[in-house]
Amino acid sequence: MHMADALISPAVGGVFWAATAGLMTYCSKKMRNSFESLQVPLMGVLGAFIFASQMINFTIPGTGSSGHLGGGLLLAILLGPCPAFMTIASVLTVQALFFADGGLLALGCNIFNLGFFPCFLAYPFIYKLIAGEKPTQSRIVAGSILAAVVGLQLGAFGVVLETLFSGISELPFSTFVLLMQPIHLAIGVVEGLVTASVVAFVWAARPEILEMAAGHAPAKSFSIQKVLATLMILALVTGTGLSWFASAHPDGLEWSMAKTSGKEELEAPEQGIHSMLGHLQEATSFLPDYGFKSAEVTEAAEGEAQHETAVVEEAEAWPAVDIGTSVAGVVGGSLTLLMAWSIALFLRREQKTS
Amino acid sequence: MPKIESSLFEIGVLDQLAFQDTPLHRIDPRIKLITTLCFIVTVVSYNHYEFSALLPLILYPIALSASGQLPGAYLWRKLLIASPFALLIGMFNPLFDHSTLLQIGGLSISGGWVSFASIMLRFTLTVSAALILVASTGFATVCMALGRMGISKVFTTQLLFLYRYIFILTDEGLRMMRARNLRSFDKRGTGLKIYGSMLGQLLLRTMDRAQRIHQAMLCRGFTGDIRLNRQFRLRSTDITFAAGWLTFFILARTCNLPLAVGQFVMGIAA
Amino acid sequence: MSHHIVEVCDLRYCYPDGTEALLGVDFRIHHGESVAIVGANGAGKSTLLLHLNGCLVPKVGQVRIGDCPLTPSTLQQIRRTVGMVFQDPDDQLFLPTVYDDVAFGPLNLGLPPDEVEARVRHALDTVNCEHLSKRPPYKLSGGEKRSVAIATVLAMSPDILVLDEPSSNLDPRTRRKLITLLQGFEHTKIIATHDLDMVMDVCERTIVFHKGKVLADGATRDIFSNDALLEQAHLERPLSMNGRG
Repeated sequence: MHMADALISPAVGGVFWAATAGLMTYCSKKMRNSFESLQVPLMGVLGAFIFASQMINFTIPGTGSSGHLGGGLLLAILLGPCPAFMTIASVLTVQALFFADGGLLALGCNIFNLGFFPCFLAYPFIYKLIAGEKPTQSRIVAGSILAAVVGLQLGAFGVVLETLFSGISELPFSTFVLLMQPIHLAIGVVEGLVTASVVAFVWAARPEILEMAAGHAPAKSFSIQKVLATLMILALVTGTGLSWFASAHPDGLEWSMAKTSGKEELEAPEQGIHSMLGHLQEATSFLPDYGFKSAEVTEAAEGEAQHETAVVEEAEAWPAVDIGTSVAGVVGGSLTLLMAWSIALFLRREQKTS
Repeated sequence: MPKIESSLFEIGVLDQLAFQDTPLHRIDPRIKLITTLCFIVTVVSYNHYEFSALLPLILYPIALSASGQLPGAYLWRKLLIASPFALLIGMFNPLFDHSTLLQIGGLSISGGWVSFASIMLRFTLTVSAALILVASTGFATVCMALGRMGISKVFTTQLLFLYRYIFILTDEGLRMMRARNLRSFDKRGTGLKIYGSMLGQLLLRTMDRAQRIHQAMLCRGFTGDIRLNRQFRLRSTDITFAAGWLTFFILARTCNLPLAVGQFVMGIAA
Repeated sequence: MSHHIVEVCDLRYCYPDGTEALLGVDFRIHHGESVAIVGANGAGKSTLLLHLNGCLVPKVGQVRIGDCPLTPSTLQQIRRTVGMVFQDPDDQLFLPTVYDDVAFGPLNLGLPPDEVEARVRHALDTVNCEHLSKRPPYKLSGGEKRSVAIATVLAMSPDILVLDEPSSNLDPRTRRKLITLLQGFEHTKIIATHDLDMVMDVCERTIVFHKGKVLADGATRDIFSNDALLEQAHLERPLSMNGRG
C-alpha cells in the first residue's frame, strides 16, 4: 500500500525525500562509473514491463481472488540493486502522477518503502545468499519467497511508521500494525511465488540474462556511503521509537499544566500565537503525542463523560483549537468556499470569451 | 482486463489535455512544478485538527483548472477513484478520537470527525494539484523540467523511456491476456504457472526490444548523453505566477482567513 | 569516394547460441544503386543488414563501406555514412515527440541547434510529415511511424540507406506512398524485403539469399523470371509478373 499526501506531515515527507534523493544520487553516481549505455533504455523498458505486468493477474486457487506482481524484487534480480531502485522510483513516479497512487510529497516515502527494502536489503542479504550465482529451482523459490516477504514486511512497517510520525491519522500503532503486517505477509508470499516463477522461466530459457545481472551487483563491496546511510536510517528509527516511549510522560505534564492554567485562559487563546507554538511543538518533538494520547483520551472520555473534563482533554490534545471560535470558523469557511467557486466561474467565463 | 485498457486510456486522456494551448499551459513547467510542490507542502503543514483554515487553498486547484480549461468532472472522477486508501485510514480517526471539538447549536462534533474531514480535504487538494500539473504540462515536459532543475539525467531519461514504452508493453500484455482468456475456461489455465510463463515471455521480449532500441540509438550516434533540443525560457508572466501564488500560500498559512472573514461577518450581524 | 561503396567479403557469422546465420557472403554494391535483398525467413537477411552499419562487427570476413573497413574503431564514422531503418518503427521512435526523435541523430553528431532545426524540418518535409512534429509516437499510425522512422535517419544525411522490411504492415495507399518516396531518393539503397512487387518498382538489382549464402545476384527482372531459382529460395514470382487477371 502506498503512503498518501493526505496522511503525511512535512517533516516526515521531507526526511524520506532526503533519504530517497540521497539514494538516487548514490545510484546515479554508481551507474555513471560503470556506465553501459544499454542500461538506460533497458531500465525504462523494464519499468514499463513492470507497469504492464501489474495489470495482468492470475487467480489464486482457493480464494477466488487475483494477485499480481509488485516488481521490486524481480527488478533487483534482473538488473542489480542500483538500476532496480531507479526503475522502481520511475514506476512509482508515473503511478503518482497519473493514477494519484500516493502523492508527490509521499513519493519519497513510497520510493523508500518499495525500493530501498527490496533492492538494498532483501535482494542482497536474502535472495542472493540463498539463490547464489547458479540457482536451482527450489533455491529460486525459497529465496524469492523469503526475500519478498521480508521486503514487503519492512515496506509495510515503513508505511505504519511514517503515518504514525506524521500524526494526521488517529489510528493507533497497534491497530495499524495488526492491519498492515498480516495483509502484507500474504501479499509477500504471492509476490515471492510470482517472482520465482518468472525467474525460473528466464533461468530455463535464457540463463545468461541472470548471470549477467548477478555479475553487475556488487558482491561484498559495501561502500562507506551505504553503511552510513543504513546507520542513519537505523538511528532515525530507534531514536524516534525511543522518544515515542519517552513522550508517554509529557502527557502527564501537559495535563497538569492545563489544570493549573485554568479553563478560561484556554477558551480564549490568541489564535495566532497558540497555533504557532503548537507547530513548534509538533516539529521539534517529531513524534506527536497522538497515538498514546488518543487511547488515553478515549479512556478518560469513557470513564468520565463530563463536559469539563472533556474540555480539558481536548485542550490537552491540541491547545490551539478553541470551541468558541469554531462557529466563526465554519461561517468563514463556507464564505471562503463560495468566494473560491465564484472566482472559478468567473475565470472560466473569461477563458471562454478570450 | 478492463483495467489495462482503462489505465491506458487515463494516461492518454491526461496527455491529451496537456496539448491544449491556454495561459496555464504556457507557463514554464519548472515554475508549475515549484508552485505545485510548495502548495502540497503548505497543505500538509497544517496540524491535523485544522479544517476551515485549509479551505482558502481550494482556490489554487479551482483557479488553475479553470484557466487551463481542464474538465472538472474528469478531475473529480480521478479523485474519487484514488480516494480509497485515504478514506480507509482516515475513517479510523472518528473511531479513536472522541474528544469534543466543536459545538454548533446543540451538536457536538468530535476531534476525530474534524481530523477525518481534514484528511479528506488534504487528499482532495494534494491530488488535484498533482493531476493539474500533469494535465497542464504533459509528462514528458515535466521530466525534462526535472532534468533542468538538477535531478539526475539517468533518472529522467529512463523515466521518459518508461513513459514512451508503457503503451506498447501494456498493449502486448493486453493481447497476451486476451489470448489466454480466450483459451481458458472455468478459471482453468489462469493459474500461477501460466502467469509465470506469460510474464517470462513478455519479459524476454521486452529485453530484446531494449536491445533493439539500444542498437537504434547507437546507430544514430548515441554516446551516452541524451540531448533534447528543448528551450525553457522564463518570462515575467511566469515569475508573476510563482510570486503571486507563493504569497497566497504564505498568507493562507499564517492567517486563518476563514476565521477572520467569519468573525467579521458575525461582527456585522451582531 | 570509392566506386565500390559497399563491399562484403566472405562474411561469416554465428550467433551465440550456435546458429550459423551467414556462411560466406560476397557482393559489391556501387554508388547510387538500389539493391534488394530477398530470401526465405531465416535466410540471413537481417543478420547481413546488421553488419552493414556496425550493429554486428565481423569476426570472420570483411565489410568495407567506402574506403573504410568495419572495425570497432571505425564504427562512428561508418554510422555517419550508413543510415539504417529497422523493421519495427517503435524501436526507433523512443523519444517524447517526433521532433525529438528526428533531432536525436543530428544532435549526437554535434551539430549546432539551428542546423539541427533545419535538418529536422527538411527530413520531415521529405517524408511529408511536417505536421506531425509535435506528436508523441504512440499517437501515430503505422504508416506515419514508418515515415517518421525514415526521417530520423534522413536527418543525419547518410550516403547509404539500409531498410529492413519497409513496406510490412502498410495499407495499399501508404505502401504506394512509400514506394514513391523510395524511388525519389538518390542515396544508395539496400532493402531487405518480402515484398517482391515493391522490389520490381524500386530496385534494379536483386541479391537472393538462401541458408546464409548468396544464391543469385543480378538484374531484378532476370531473377524474378527464373522460376527454378525462385523455387529453390522458397520464393514466388511477384504478383505483377504472374500474368493473372
